[in-house]
Amino acid sequence: MTDSVPLLEARDIAKSYGAVQALRSADLVVEPGEVHALLGANGAGKSTLVKVLTGVISPDRGTFAINGNPVRIGSPAQAARNGLAPVFQDPALVPDLTIAQNMRLTGASPAAVERELRALDLAVDFSEQARDVPLPMLRMIDLARALARDPQLLLLDEITAALPSDLAERVFTVMRASRERGRSVLFITHRLKEVIASCDRATILRDGGAVATIVPEEGGEETIVEYMLGPEAAQAVVAAVDKDAGDVRATPAATGVTPALEVIDLSMGRVRGVSFSLRPGEILGVAALEGQGQDDLFAVLSGQQSPASGEVRAGGKMLKARHPYDAIRAGVVLVPADRLQALLPQRSVRENIAAPRYNSVRRWGPINVRDEGRRVREAEEALQIDTRAARQVRRLSGGNQQKVTIARWLANGFATMLCFDPTRGIDVGTKRQIYALLRRLADDGAAILFFSSELAEFPLVCDRVLALFGGEVTAELAGAAADEASLLRAMHGLAAEAEAVA
Amino acid sequence: MTSTTAVAVERRGGLARFVRRHGWTVGIYVLLFALTLFWRSQTTVKWGPFDVQSLVIDALPLCFAACAQSIVIISGGIDLSVGSMMSLANVVSAKYMLHMSFDEAILFSLAVVAGAAFVGAITGLTIVVTRVADIIVTLAMLFVLGGLALAVLQVPGGGAPVRFQGLVSVDTVLTQWFPAALLILFGSFAVLWLTVRRTRPGLALYAAGSNRSAAYLAGVNVKRSRVLAYAYSGAFAALGGLAFTAASGLGDPNAGGIYTLNSVAAAVLGGVSLLGGVGGLIGPIAAAFVLTLVKTLMILRGVDQNYAQVIQGALIVLVVMVGGLAIRQKGKGS
Ligand SMILES: Nc1ncnc2c1ncn2[C@@H]1O[C@H](COP(=O)(O)OP(=O)(O)OP(=O)(O)O)[C@@H](O)[C@H]1O
Ligand SMILES: [Mg+2]
Repeated sequence: MTDSVPLLEARDIAKSYGAVQALRSADLVVEPGEVHALLGANGAGKSTLVKVLTGVISPDRGTFAINGNPVRIGSPAQAARNGLAPVFQDPALVPDLTIAQNMRLTGASPAAVERELRALDLAVDFSEQARDVPLPMLRMIDLARALARDPQLLLLDEITAALPSDLAERVFTVMRASRERGRSVLFITHRLKEVIASCDRATILRDGGAVATIVPEEGGEETIVEYMLGPEAAQAVVAAVDKDAGDVRATPAATGVTPALEVIDLSMGRVRGVSFSLRPGEILGVAALEGQGQDDLFAVLSGQQSPASGEVRAGGKMLKARHPYDAIRAGVVLVPADRLQALLPQRSVRENIAAPRYNSVRRWGPINVRDEGRRVREAEEALQIDTRAARQVRRLSGGNQQKVTIARWLANGFATMLCFDPTRGIDVGTKRQIYALLRRLADDGAAILFFSSELAEFPLVCDRVLALFGGEVTAELAGAAADEASLLRAMHGLAAEAEAVA
Repeated sequence: MTSTTAVAVERRGGLARFVRRHGWTVGIYVLLFALTLFWRSQTTVKWGPFDVQSLVIDALPLCFAACAQSIVIISGGIDLSVGSMMSLANVVSAKYMLHMSFDEAILFSLAVVAGAAFVGAITGLTIVVTRVADIIVTLAMLFVLGGLALAVLQVPGGGAPVRFQGLVSVDTVLTQWFPAALLILFGSFAVLWLTVRRTRPGLALYAAGSNRSAAYLAGVNVKRSRVLAYAYSGAFAALGGLAFTAASGLGDPNAGGIYTLNSVAAAVLGGVSLLGGVGGLIGPIAAAFVLTLVKTLMILRGVDQNYAQVIQGALIVLVVMVGGLAIRQKGKGS
């Protein structure tokens, strides 16, 4: 591999947004026929590098060579001619156009894209408007569009973050197939397991510069974390997890306590007769493949939809939420996966965190600015939000935006937190902090309902896990027993084989 | 286990989807049809092709204004200079065409349309380069173009060759129910809009208005699309001004004033979302007819001019509100 000419060689790339230096001096070398991971904490500059490489933004400095020849990448079209095809972190499909129109907009042939989709074992109605297509499917269409160009180098920016495990598996198949045909893939993810399983080499960015290029299999997760976060921060994270790991599931199964959240025979949309109860101090996982009713379940509990039948009780009181406001007043708050859904993108970090507080200004009059400032700061510190671009939330990196949605509730108080894929797009360091944080919240008496598309999270976070299949709860596992294999069986509705908890 | 669950997007029936996507447009045509029947029942003398013809001539400038406005709104902006642009095209044509032959007048009209497209492009460029909000730049253009119109012609005057005026008022083309003005409208619509609607620049217009960042990531040149939209707006506004010249045989520097806000009303009534990215021109054209017909009906019934405006305003709000509720209801049902 080393004696061949690299497929892509990018040197000394720098890019600033005003005062924020997204890339300081990044280098990246991708060989032909390799799956190369690009890693780094939130805000390290990964997406910026992808955008520079694909001509979407122009760098302040830097040189590129493709197959040994120096090139200029001044526009997306030029990048495409050089054999680079990206799938960006944010969807590049226009919501008001149909899928077919979206393909024509970018000059992709719908027939070729459809062929790629079929190879991925997916069927898509191309006359559907993009806004009506679920997010995971949009990501796959984005992928198929990039594949249809048969690129030398496919750049995937956190594509697996929004994908359920079965679709993520298909992405790995694509990566393997590319490698076999001598094509390369640049793969960005925050899931280190995926890196170790699927990537040949990995370049790690920290603060806008490449700190190392390693072979993930040899180094393992801890090496990667150390490079990503820097030695001291990595130590701190490991210590935090070790300390908290012992506490997981240590809470005794208290009986006779009023459940924080009780769901009785609830039906709505895909959800069919779901019942469960959630104690204060407990973290209850919900595991499901794509489209098994988890969206509807969380929508009802957070007050965005009314149930068709059944009831919800919060803290023993009937909760008939017709608006998120009702649910929030009853102490049931939502941390959604799609951060843009919850944020005010043009407003500052502080206002975003403080937003729910404006509800509780009971009488007209001044807001207690000092108190607000203190709570916001505490929440920012608890989650280590990178506030360099704090004036407008939309300028934060994806992971930092996600942290703001969690920080909001930390600053405002709640009884039950509904976390719908809360670590989507969040880096390992922060992820571990969040696991520890959720555990701490639970120890302080909060109840937490936790859905995740990353199966490895369940045993780390949850006391119990429910598997949802076809809108019904088909199995209940103890947190400790929720390893990937048992979860997958349960999520496919094979309840009999999954060990049930008495 | 990996390839067992083929996730397929649900396929819905073709008809259901057509209703979902074009229901509003169909609705506005039904409204137009119903109003026409009502109108017919209200006229005392025999209602006939002549009435239809005068309605079309009456509505023509607003139809063009609605097209001008709709394209800009679809691309994610708003154009407050539509009316002034119409005035300017109207006075320029009326002043210089007066002694021209018919052929010269046609060539001159094309030049006016091209010039207006150019001015529109300048407006668009100003917006994307300076990043000043659309509403502010076009408000400034409202004054600039309005002032120019007054400089060209202080008081109503000028004129146009008789054959040029005949373009809109010849009463039969195919049948006596199909006025020439309608042909002009359809012709311009087809030449200017149908040719781009489904092409990449046309789709890019929608993309720019639908979600600017997704469009940008998809490689759409958002700035160019927005400039294009304003150029289109200029061209359609000029057609509106020329239609006014042909219909009235006169240049009036204040002719366009009422059309700016009426064009927004027609666009919204015609199913164009003020958020951008949604709608077309077919709906707004029908809405322009509806608005004109409502005015005609009120004159017919002798409603006081001032109340007529109140009623027209209330009607717009009512239709948009009822339509909005219907869509929300449907959204819940599915
Ligand atoms: N348009 C912008 N304006 C200002 N700052 C920006 C902009 N885009 C990105 N940044 C800043 O540049 C830095 C790098 O962002 P980037 O999106 O590349 O991070 P990332 O490594 O992809 O993070 P994540 O894992 O969270 O996606 C961040 O500090 C971010 O706030
Ligand atoms: Mg990123």
